[in-house]
Amino acid sequence: MTAPAGGPGQDPQLRVRRLSPFVLVGVAVVAFGVAAALCYGVGIGGWVLTIVIGLVLYLAGAFVAVNRVEGRRAARNTVWGTLIQLAFVLALVPLISVIYTLISKGTERLDVNFFTTSLNNIGARDPEGGAVHAIIGTLEQVAIAAVITIPLGVLAAIYIVEYGRGRFTFVIRFFVDVMTGIPSIIAGLFILSFWVLIISPIYNNGQPSFSGFAAALALSVLMLPTIVRSTEEMLRLVPAPLREGSYALGVPKWKTILKVVIPTALPGIVTGVMLAIARAAGETAPVLLVAGGSAAVNINPFNNNQSSLSLFVFQQASDASRFSPARAWTAALTLVALVLILTITAKLVAGRNRIRR
Amino acid sequence: MAKRVEATGVTAYYGSFKAIDNINLTVDPKTVTAVIGPSGCGKSTFLRSINRLHEVLPGARVEGRLTIDDENIYDKDVDVTAVRRMIGMVFQRPNPFPTMSIFDNAVAGLRLNGIRRKSVLQEAAEKALRSANLWDEVKDRLNKPGAGLSGGQQQRLCIARTIAVEPQVVLMDEPCSALDPISTLAIEDLMFKLKDRYTIIIVTHNMQQAARVSDRTAFFSIEKTGDPGRLIEYDRTQKIFNSPGEKKTEDYITGRFG
Repeated sequence: MTAPAGGPGQDPQLRVRRLSPFVLVGVAVVAFGVAAALCYGVGIGGWVLTIVIGLVLYLAGAFVAVNRVEGRRAARNTVWGTLIQLAFVLALVPLISVIYTLISKGTERLDVNFFTTSLNNIGARDPEGGAVHAIIGTLEQVAIAAVITIPLGVLAAIYIVEYGRGRFTFVIRFFVDVMTGIPSIIAGLFILSFWVLIISPIYNNGQPSFSGFAAALALSVLMLPTIVRSTEEMLRLVPAPLREGSYALGVPKWKTILKVVIPTALPGIVTGVMLAIARAAGETAPVLLVAGGSAAVNINPFNNNQSSLSLFVFQQASDASRFSPARAWTAALTLVALVLILTITAKLVAGRNRIRR
Repeated sequence: MAKRVEATGVTAYYGSFKAIDNINLTVDPKTVTAVIGPSGCGKSTFLRSINRLHEVLPGARVEGRLTIDDENIYDKDVDVTAVRRMIGMVFQRPNPFPTMSIFDNAVAGLRLNGIRRKSVLQEAAEKALRSANLWDEVKDRLNKPGAGLSGGQQQRLCIARTIAVEPQVVLMDEPCSALDPISTLAIEDLMFKLKDRYTIIIVTHNMQQAARVSDRTAFFSIEKTGDPGRLIEYDRTQKIFNSPGEKKTEDYITGRFG
C-alpha cells in the first residue's frame, strides 16, 4: 500500500471507496453458518455458543473486509459500532424478559376477585384469594413515607445547596452518603428496636405492636438519602445567573429559591422522588420485620399487622399451595403497574406547569 | 428617578484575593457611564458591588462606601433586597427565567415582590416591554416561554424585566457580548432612550460601543495577574478617547496593550 493520503501537509482524500452493506450481511451469514456447523457438527455446544462464536467470527470478518476496502479507521469504527449496538441489545434483554415474564404469568389471576378479596380464610386448597390487603398496605405505607421524606429531603437539599457553608454541611452530606448505603434490613432492625419495641408499647397498653406506620418509618430511612442526593444534584444544575437575575430584581433569597430555583429544577426533583418511591414500594424485609405481614385487610396503619405487595409476593412465592405462585405473579405485576402509574402521574403533574417551546 | 452613584474607597475581595482596590468615582444621574479595561481588571466586580451582588458568592466581601444619593448602601441597617430593587442589573448572557412565559418574565420582579393585581401587572408588562423596544415583536405571544426568543430578544426581555421594577440605576455587564451586531444596535438605541430616566453604568469590552453610548468612561487596569484592579482614569468619554491623561489609557484604547 502507498502512504495514506491526508497526512500532514497533504490534501485529505475527500472521496473514499464504500463497502457494500451486502458484503457485511454475507460476512454475517458465513460467520454464523461456520459457527453453527462447528457447534452442532462437532457437538461442542448449543445455540448460545453458536451466537458467541458467530459474533466473534463476524467481528473478525467485518474488520478484515472493511479494512481492505475502506481502510483501518473505518474498520475499527465498524467493529466498535457493532459492539456498542450489541451492548445496547444485551442491556435490553433482561428488561424485556422481566416485562414478558410478568405479563405472561401475572395475567392468570388478574381478575376482579384478586382486587376485591384478601387472603383472610383462604386455605391451601382455595384457588381464590386476593391482595387487596397488600395493595392497601403498600399504598398507605408508601404514602406515609412519602409525606415524611419529600418535605424533609427537599428541604435538606435546599439547605445544603443554598444555605450550607462549612463543616456542618460537610457532616450532613457525609451522613447522607452513608445512609444511601444502608441495607434495607438494617433500616428495618433500627425501626424494630426503636419504634416497635420502645415507642409502640407507650400507646398500646405496654405491648409492642407491629404497624404499617413502623414500616413507613423504615421506608423513610431508605428514601430520605435518595431524595436528598438527587434533589441536591438537580438544584446544583440550576445556573447561578438565574439566581443572580432574581436577586438583581430585589427578590429575597427564600422567594428566589421558591419561585425560580425549584420550578427550574422540578422535573429532575420529581424523577428523583419517584425513584425513591419505587425503591421503597419494592422493599420487603423492613415490612416483614416491623409490620409483620397479615392475611386480612387492616386499614389502620398505626396499629396491628399490615402486609404490602412486595411482602405478599415473597410470602406467596414461598407458600406450599399450588395456587399461590399465580397470586405472587399477579401481585408482582400489580406492583410494577402501580409504580408505573405513580411515575407517569408525577411526570404529568410536574410537566403541567412547565412551558415548552 | 435617576440617582447619583458615588464610590469612595471601594475595595472588593474574593476570599483573601483582592479583586479591586480603592475605587473612587462619581456617576451623575441620567448619564451613561462605560467601564472599560482588560480582562480580569475588576470591571464586573465593581459593577456587582454597586448592587451588592458581589457578596452572594462564598467568601466575597466589599469594603468602602458606596452611596446612592448620599445613602451608603453598605451601612449595617440597609436592606439588601431594597438596594437591589433600586439598582437593576442586566447580565452578560441573557438569563430569562426558563419556567416563565414572556409576560411572566417581564413582570417577574413585580410579581415576586408581592404585586398580584392582574391589571397592574398587565400595564407594567406592556410599559416595560415597550420601553425595551420588544413589545411589537412579542405582543402576540406573551404566554410563550421567554427562552424561545432569539438571543437579542431575550436580552431585551431581561432589560424589560429590569426596568419593570422601576429602578434608579441600571447596571449592564457586557450586555451585548453574546449578541449579533443588529441586536447590539437595538440595545444601544435602547440605552439612549433609557438615559432620560435612569442612571446607566455599562461594562464593555467593545471600545467603539463605549465611545458610542457613554457620556463618561472609566478605565480600569491591573499591573499583572494576581494584582487588584485599579481605576486608572475617569473622565468624559470624548476626553478619554481623544486625549487621555494617562499613558496606560492611551496604550489600551489604541490597542498597544490588553
